[in-house]
Amino acid sequence: MTILFLIIAIVILASAVMVVTTRNLVHAALWLIVSLFGVAVLFAMLNAGFLAVVQVVVYIGAIAILFIFAVMLTRREMRGHGKPLNNNWWISALLSLLTFGGLAMLLSNWDGFSQTPADFPSDFDGVAELGNALIDPNQFVLPFEVASILLVAALVGAVYIASNRK
Amino acid sequence: MNLWTNPIQVIADWLMQIFTGWGLAETLASVLIDLIGIVFLVVFILILDVMLVWVERKVVARFQDRLGPNRVGPFGLIQPFADIIKLFIKEDITPEGADKVIYNIAPVLSVSSVLILWAIFPLAPVIIGVDLNVGVLYLVAAGALGTLSIIMAGWASNNKFALLGAFRQVAAMISYEIPMIVVLLIPTIFAGSMGMLGISEGQQGFWPWNWYVFLSPLGALIFLISAIAELGRAPFDLSEGESEVVAGFHIEYSGMKFGWFYAGELLHAFTFGGFWAILFFGGYNFFGLEKLGPLVSAAIVLFKAMVGYWVIMWIKYTLMRIRIDHMLAFNWKFLVPLSFVVLMVTALLNTLLRDAPTATFILSMFFSNVIIAGITIEILRRRSRSGREKVEGQASSGVKAT
Repeated sequence: MTILFLIIAIVILASAVMVVTTRNLVHAALWLIVSLFGVAVLFAMLNAGFLAVVQVVVYIGAIAILFIFAVMLTRREMRGHGKPLNNNWWISALLSLLTFGGLAMLLSNWDGFSQTPADFPSDFDGVAELGNALIDPNQFVLPFEVASILLVAALVGAVYIASNRK
Repeated sequence: MNLWTNPIQVIADWLMQIFTGWGLAETLASVLIDLIGIVFLVVFILILDVMLVWVERKVVARFQDRLGPNRVGPFGLIQPFADIIKLFIKEDITPEGADKVIYNIAPVLSVSSVLILWAIFPLAPVIIGVDLNVGVLYLVAAGALGTLSIIMAGWASNNKFALLGAFRQVAAMISYEIPMIVVLLIPTIFAGSMGMLGISEGQQGFWPWNWYVFLSPLGALIFLISAIAELGRAPFDLSEGESEVVAGFHIEYSGMKFGWFYAGELLHAFTFGGFWAILFFGGYNFFGLEKLGPLVSAAIVLFKAMVGYWVIMWIKYTLMRIRIDHMLAFNWKFLVPLSFVVLMVTALLNTLLRDAPTATFILSMFFSNVIIAGITIEILRRRSRSGREKVEGQASSGVKAT
């Protein structure tokens, strides 16, 4: 299990590095897909099958495909020729190191950090639990409905902008 | 437990004894056995795929009043092997300016996006790769990988027709995914489970009244339409429109790489025929025959999948290709609203009639679908009549003006 995790983590990190270093925009989008797929595999390893599948459907099936579409439809030359780094690279490196250090410190203080995930009992239906939690007034019904209204508003707005009614 | 009632488990136990007898650790042995199972399943499916080439060619010949392959072997049965040898000895061309790595990965990804669907394909209660509790969503996720393979092929070929074909196909796939996801929720509502095994079990019974096609005929129809669009077969095969984009996203592929796309398409059609059967036509349930044993169940599922595949071929070789704007308008203005209405009515009735007797439940579900279909047809008729009157009015006023 640990070996698998290490392999997947290396794949995720390596492809994430490739996303920002490759000069070809479509290659960057494809490396991003590899990275996101690795995250889906991590979810699957943590017994979160629903999250894993949703990760693939939403991030690879919708968002990454839209990225590739947008990149291909732009008329710009797809290969950049400039330097990939500008003079502020050390600030962003410092910021990401600080973020990583802060997260690592927070997580190492959390007592769940060193625990391995417990196996679910065989009759445990995670999807049904999640569904009930989402519509239970005592749990997450309010955030769920707010997110739904937000999405519907975005959808209506997109249709309004796209419609060419005079 | 014997070889007849649970063949896979018996074989796995037998292999386990052999492997542990050789001194292998139990975890390593179980990984090995799983690998052997996967390889066996994939080989079985790919051999089936080879025979699908023959089936497709024979059936299209019958639809077009021809004989089809009939020279190589009895009934032309060895024809697909001749085809494969031909594909293998053709020159393998990678066009100059193509993105070599992506160009070569795309056909593999295309076939594997179909093969991973068989992981959740329930051949029998005890013959299933893995009974995911999110099986229905897994179906959609695998479709996302198929979309990716097409866009990769279209872009990496460095050919404008390939790119145009890929654009059309991807536009169709991501829009027809929506009615498909919505309709996939209907069996989920009935069965109370997203797993393929749960959905198959929900349709048990001697008589086929419990099949979800009787509870939701409109749902079954919408699933079939969006599945055909997802497959990119006629009448939705805009990606390959010969008169416009020559051969679409696989224009530059030759030899066995083209063969992978072709095989992937046939297998995809067969697999979706199978999922149509599992979701709406009872899966392995067939007049109590499934109780005889898992091998009989597997035969029933494959038979039903073949019938579904035949329906898809029937539509493909009967209908014309439609225009891209018609295709997208048909999806967004017709299928999406209709599938949402069907889903809402089904969910509402399912809650209201939870305690009703089975006969009332089935009849009211069926007739609610009939009523929705009637209203839809009436709305369509009014719209087309008013559109026609508008056009005719313009024409007659134009005549008066001159």
